[in-house]
Amino acid sequence: MRRIISILLENEAGALSRVAGLFSARGYNIETLTVAPTEDESLSRMTIVTRGSDEVLEQITKQLNKLVDVVKVVDLSEFAHVERELMLIKVRAIGKDREEMKRMSDIFRGRVLDVTDSSFVIELTGTSAKLDSFIAALDAGLILETARTGVSGIGRGDRILKI
Amino acid sequence: MTISGAEILIRCLQEEKVEHIFGYPGGSVLHIYDELFKQDNIRHILVRHEQAAVHAADAYSRSSNRIGVALVTSGPGVTNAVTGIATAYSDSVPLVILCGQVPTSSIGQDAFQECDTVGITRPCVKHNFLVKDVSLLAQTIKKAFHIATTGRPGPVVVDLPKDITAAKCAFHYPAAVAMRSYNPVTKGHLGQIKKALHLLLSAKRPILYIGGGVILSDAAPLLTDFARRLNFPVTNTLMALGGFPGTDRQNLGMPGMHGSYEANMALHHADVVLTVGARFDDRVIGNVEHFAREPRRVIHLDIDPSSISKRVKADVPIVGHIRDVLEEMLKLLEDGFETSADLADWWARIEKWREKNGLAYRQSEHIMPQFVVQSLYEVTKGEAFITSDVGQHQMFAAQFYKFDQPRRWINSGGLGTMGVGLPYAMGTSFANPGAPVACITGEGSIQMCIQELSTCKQFELPIKIINLNNGMLGMVRQWQEMFYSKRYSQSYVTSLPDFVRLAEAYGHVGMKIEKPEDVKGALTKAFTDYKDRLVFMDFIIDPAANVFPMVAAGKGLTEMVLANDL
Repeated sequence: MRRIISILLENEAGALSRVAGLFSARGYNIETLTVAPTEDESLSRMTIVTRGSDEVLEQITKQLNKLVDVVKVVDLSEFAHVERELMLIKVRAIGKDREEMKRMSDIFRGRVLDVTDSSFVIELTGTSAKLDSFIAALDAGLILETARTGVSGIGRGDRILKI
Repeated sequence: MTISGAEILIRCLQEEKVEHIFGYPGGSVLHIYDELFKQDNIRHILVRHEQAAVHAADAYSRSSNRIGVALVTSGPGVTNAVTGIATAYSDSVPLVILCGQVPTSSIGQDAFQECDTVGITRPCVKHNFLVKDVSLLAQTIKKAFHIATTGRPGPVVVDLPKDITAAKCAFHYPAAVAMRSYNPVTKGHLGQIKKALHLLLSAKRPILYIGGGVILSDAAPLLTDFARRLNFPVTNTLMALGGFPGTDRQNLGMPGMHGSYEANMALHHADVVLTVGARFDDRVIGNVEHFAREPRRVIHLDIDPSSISKRVKADVPIVGHIRDVLEEMLKLLEDGFETSADLADWWARIEKWREKNGLAYRQSEHIMPQFVVQSLYEVTKGEAFITSDVGQHQMFAAQFYKFDQPRRWINSGGLGTMGVGLPYAMGTSFANPGAPVACITGEGSIQMCIQELSTCKQFELPIKIINLNNGMLGMVRQWQEMFYSKRYSQSYVTSLPDFVRLAEAYGHVGMKIEKPEDVKGALTKAFTDYKDRLVFMDFIIDPAANVFPMVAAGKGLTEMVLANDL
């Protein structure tokens, strides 16, 4: 089962490797991981997408909480939340493909960030599934490069992850 | 006034009332050694290998309620220490390991004796620090001691670059630490505690299954009081020997792979299990699915939530400090909570299992290892500190030496590190000066840290080494005999040294004992005539002796092989 875990941790050297090391040492998988400082610069917020049974998830949460640098852990998938991922994708855009690429980008509410005579860079934000379907909708031969951020998420309404 | 980082470090250790440091000098810790030289409060114990420094510090913690400290240099000093750190981590032993590091400007340059200490030790420490600013040194040391000793204890590494120990700064030792990210629970949830008591008191077949947490939290007296008041049977794991008196009728002995017949049967068939500071590991319950076949209710008390419902689902989890929770439970009993069910039938069943005498062993014309341990128990009146290495001798020691007090049995239960026995005996001796300390070992294990005989000479440690010498890596051989059709691949130890002459070469007393009738006399002599000397006793034992009962790997707790079945 897919889960999204949000972690507040001390913004200190090595904190990321403690979390990543925990996942590899205990055989938990990481589908995506994003991390950046929060509005309080002493804290980082990390979002990890993982898969596992309820028992595994319980262990992951407990083990994360044991890390001395970890301040708070929340399983976002337990309640209403929004999640987004950002993708930058560079596509070949020559001749008739130029119009087609622009149209596809519009359909998926993407934005063209960079244009050359042979390529576009398109920015696309959405759920991971939406980004996947954009890639699937394109002719694979036209995709030159993709860069995805991994999922970031936040609880809806009164659900607030803060210390 | 400003002082150097090295002096700050020493002042911090003095503030923490550290009396002994086990260590080995090297380039990156020279400033620290220079400061050690200038003071008298802290005694430095020079070992012969960094692994032994950490093991000794580890045993110092285990055998007392003080904390062991080790000091090693950068690079190989640290990598040598890693086995010791991982050993302590597996058994949740509080420890502070101070490591030298190359100067901050050289970090990452592949400098001489540089290694990524924080990276290498990360998976086997409770926490680690790299000090990059001398003004943070004192508070980092304070945090290290705080983290190591609170919550579920564990080793903490502090990496100290050489320029930090040279840099100057004003010294101020914080009185307390506040960390927003680290606040271990102590008090258990009262509702859960009451629920647990209701369940326990209504149980028809209860059992207390206690682990190393009982020792680590100094809860043995409370646990004993609790168990006796309720007349519950107790099984204590390898890590909990002495957590409940070994000679008490209510004690069923160890559970698990080499546990007693009655302990395993009772643990398997109990209707309510109160687990205290234990973790249902593979060596204790064997096959998880087999264990799950019997319905039972599990109450799990532990300070570490991640130990609860990890391998066996808990019906009533209680997160808290064992001492606090047991105090609460005893108070509730005192207030006339309820009375427990009649346990006469349950005890009758247990006594039937006990009659099987699963620990019985055959006699032979050779010395039997079990007999050596039993004799040691008699000669020391059960009052010695016993350290062990890892293998058959460890199990014989655990089965046949009855520990009535906590912190007397010092062994590597989790990681199973061969070589710990001698340095463990050293650390135990320093923490308990004058107390009898014996190291039960084998000719395989003892050679893994044999160089420490030199340290023992330097500090005149009166350790008694009980070498159960069968000329084989006994536990490996036992598995090969039972599960690999007697193909004894690499389990013979050939070209063994003459241990008597080896001991003498290091300046100690050596004895070789080959006949059963000489065992007690030799032991008595070692503990009387040679009371103040290290005595290396090389017992030539029956090479065919095996450890029973045995639950083979992957088997269930009730599928034991007993010696008298064979």
